Amino acid sequence: MGTDAGRKPYSVIGTPRAKVDAATKCTGEAIFADDLVLPRMLSCKMLRSPHPHARIMRIDTAKAHALDGVHAVITGADLPIPFGILPVSQDEHALAPDHVRFIGDAVAAVAARDEDTATAALDLIEVEYHVLPPIGSVAQAATTPEPQLHGYADQGNLHKLIHLEFGDVEAGFGRADLVQDDVFFYEGSTHLPIEQHAALARYDKNGRLTLWSSTQTPHYVHRALAKVLELPPSRIRVIATPNGGGFGGKSDPFPHEIVVSKLAILTGRPVKICLTREEVFYCHRGRHPVLMRVRTGVTKDGSITAMDFESYLDGGAYGSYGVASAYYTGALQTVTYQVPAYRFRGARAFTNKAPCGPKRGHGTPQPRFAVEVTLDKIAERLELDPAAMRLRHLQPANSITANYLKIGTMGLGQCIERVCAGSGWNTRFRKLPYGYGLGLACSSYITGAGLPIYWNAMPHSGVQLKCDRGGGVTVFCGSTDIGQGSDSVLAYIVAEVLGLDPMKIAVVTADTDLTPVDLGSYSSRVTLMMGQAAIQAAERVKECIARAVAAKLDLSMERLTFSGERVCDREHPEDGMSFADAVVLAESASGTIGAVGSYTPARSPGRYRGSGVGPSPAYSYSACVAEVLVDGDTGIVQVPKVWIAHDVGQAINPALVMGQIEGGVYMGLGEALMEEMSYRENRNLVHKWPSMLEYKSPTTLEMCDVTTYLVGEPDPNGPFGAKEAGQGPLLPVMPAVANAIYDAVGVRIDEVPMSPPKVLKAIQAKAKGKEPRVGPTEAPDVAWPPVTAVPTPAEGGDGRAVEPGRAPAGGR
Amino acid sequence: MTQPISLSRTRKIPGSFVVNGERHDITFSSHKTLLEVLREDLGLTGTKHGCELGECGACAVLVDGMPVLSCLALAAAYQDRGIATVEGMADGPSLHPLQEAFVELGAAQCGYCTPGVLLTARALLNENPRPTRHEIKKALAGNLCRCTGYIKIYEAVELAARRMRGEEAEPLEESLHGY
Repeated sequence: MGTDAGRKPYSVIGTPRAKVDAATKCTGEAIFADDLVLPRMLSCKMLRSPHPHARIMRIDTAKAHALDGVHAVITGADLPIPFGILPVSQDEHALAPDHVRFIGDAVAAVAARDEDTATAALDLIEVEYHVLPPIGSVAQAATTPEPQLHGYADQGNLHKLIHLEFGDVEAGFGRADLVQDDVFFYEGSTHLPIEQHAALARYDKNGRLTLWSSTQTPHYVHRALAKVLELPPSRIRVIATPNGGGFGGKSDPFPHEIVVSKLAILTGRPVKICLTREEVFYCHRGRHPVLMRVRTGVTKDGSITAMDFESYLDGGAYGSYGVASAYYTGALQTVTYQVPAYRFRGARAFTNKAPCGPKRGHGTPQPRFAVEVTLDKIAERLELDPAAMRLRHLQPANSITANYLKIGTMGLGQCIERVCAGSGWNTRFRKLPYGYGLGLACSSYITGAGLPIYWNAMPHSGVQLKCDRGGGVTVFCGSTDIGQGSDSVLAYIVAEVLGLDPMKIAVVTADTDLTPVDLGSYSSRVTLMMGQAAIQAAERVKECIARAVAAKLDLSMERLTFSGERVCDREHPEDGMSFADAVVLAESASGTIGAVGSYTPARSPGRYRGSGVGPSPAYSYSACVAEVLVDGDTGIVQVPKVWIAHDVGQAINPALVMGQIEGGVYMGLGEALMEEMSYRENRNLVHKWPSMLEYKSPTTLEMCDVTTYLVGEPDPNGPFGAKEAGQGPLLPVMPAVANAIYDAVGVRIDEVPMSPPKVLKAIQAKAKGKEPRVGPTEAPDVAWPPVTAVPTPAEGGDGRAVEPGRAPAGGR
Repeated sequence: MTQPISLSRTRKIPGSFVVNGERHDITFSSHKTLLEVLREDLGLTGTKHGCELGECGACAVLVDGMPVLSCLALAAAYQDRGIATVEGMADGPSLHPLQEAFVELGAAQCGYCTPGVLLTARALLNENPRPTRHEIKKALAGNLCRCTGYIKIYEAVELAARRMRGEEAEPLEESLHGY
């Protein structure tokens, strides 16, 4: 095994090692939500709407109630309080009270002695629907303001409308030698975690509710349960079980979590549900389908003078994270290459489909696809090498973008150089035989959202540390391990600070009774925020122990070092004691040893409405070269190999970072080539393929080889310099494949997924002398709200928008 | 409306299952799948499910050494056969070489597909102790994994295969650090 001795100043950080929970995951010992069984436990099943849009005229549950073995049947009337992940879109009900908005919307639920009885009872529930015409697309939502799916939408059935401008975009276009104008479509896709969502609720005789659930966000589930069930939060305990895959799909509070809780309260017995695979498709909250138009002004050397970006998101039936998703489709265009003037208009529509939300990369893979393909076209038109062109115009480190995102370390240049060297870019790009191609694309992602989901001034992550007299250390944090290894990161960081073996640190996470709040596993925030809180807690414990040891050894505290499970004199390491003895000494001197730590991100410089989405303590960077093989007769695209470099700052555990990158490439490849969450528009908006067989995802036979490069320098805002790795590396894969297809066969597929029919169609068009392209050509008509104009830092702006009615700077 | 047939009231029948070398004499509902009997009647929840339709491979167990999707297998037909689940892979406190390699390389991320992958890989290595990368891919093509991109899984199977052949083998430097 590789050793980093001499390469890094750390004993734990930066060294590949096993995850603290790896053995339990490889032996069947790990307990997932559906593995839990409690005495007297009942089974829950939910009845779901067969209509995409309807009013519920009548529900009769009497026959279901009467079935032998049924203990309770509930409907929307039993859970009238709405909820939702964002405070601005509290638009969901655990069971629809009177209005169903997509096929799969839940209307009733049963608790019965077993799953078969519960399923049989669903057939006995009579529901009379008045069917309403459904809305199937953004364009239809824009032209069908009535009836509204939700009364709180910004405009008709357009949930959210955004119009931001940073600097003078038209002047920027005026300075351009070339204005590239492109329209792209990025189809929706779903997380497809292998574990179906499951939850178990128990309501004890002391009036306390406990929910075990496969959730990425136990804190937000806790809040939603308290609201909907009208219970004090102190009487609710949410425990997140290990997630059998999350990817964003278990980040919302879900109806089934509320329903089993309610049924446990009503029956006085534990109630469990495990969703079927089909139901998991209806939970969704995955990638928004997004239509995008991007106009980019460039000078002859490829430097961007202005960018005008429009995105149109098909949001599905509910808000979910959608307002944030819509902002994210416009937020990170500015952090890779310099964009001095930037306009973003975004519209999210309500449609009668399963609700969209955050999937790995949340709202940013779609615009990144658009930007990276449009840049490839620009390089072609300017006769520039696309790698060299990007390298010349990188956003500088330690800078502020036009939309007020604060960039720290920035390793994109190094990323591009590594993948170009590895793939033989200079000798192979545009030089391979017909059918073979190379494509390059880049990306960036946030390392944690700068703001919490609900407004508050409290920490985003809290960690508590306890030492026992035997030298054991237990670390408590609300963070949730979804397979990315956050429990392990917690142990590594505490072990590093205290000089201990990480396998000896006990980790207690994701339990709202036991652990301080961490906001959850989303937005690539956990390593940075939990890590910083853990460092603070561990440093406080260290100081307390060091004080006692220093007094005993008659040394200054600065002379002490914690390493190898000992506390000793740095200059005379034989003078010292075991960590366990040091704890006993400290506890004798000052009482029980423990500490807390917390982390809150610094405020971002943006002060305009909408500036809350995009800021982050640090940005990761990735560059990717994809090699493709395109069959001109069938349109089948094979991707034998991907080279990817990722600027992760300092890797806490490089083996786990590699795993995140390889997993990101895999998920990106699926989106590039095959994954489609789509609906039959002419057949009542029924989901085309809610099964794992027909929803195509890459198997071992489609997955490419991956060569991974870890680059970058430690970022001062990250714990030991670490930045994120969980989401960013997915982003460049789709545009790299698109650009490689162009290199291979000279056609542009301006749509994701780049499935064989589209590729073949473009190849055939090219053969006939028609435009060698497949993709959308126009965007829907949307009446945009008045612009929020924000002078850029370069224009002397202070992060605030120009107030309406006031002339912009220099305009008087 | 007529009363639907309640499957839960179908008759339980006596059965005898040999799992990980241990015989279990039980009564079970005759309509149950092998997956359900393992998880619900024998408490062996190490075997997972992702679709219950034979699409994902998470429920794979070995029957007389061959991988079988337990969600599609009628339990009654598997009595007295040699069933192996993930719980039986380790030898007491010692992990199976495949488990060890999966731990070392981080080939289990969320760990949910892992039991099915481990058992399928074990069947492969029993048949073919020296599989090529392509043979590993073919053997595991029925096991979906959404976390790893399969790469750490291949590397772990290759590492375990070398060790099971008696070679001294360590993970490759580039598997742990990148290039």
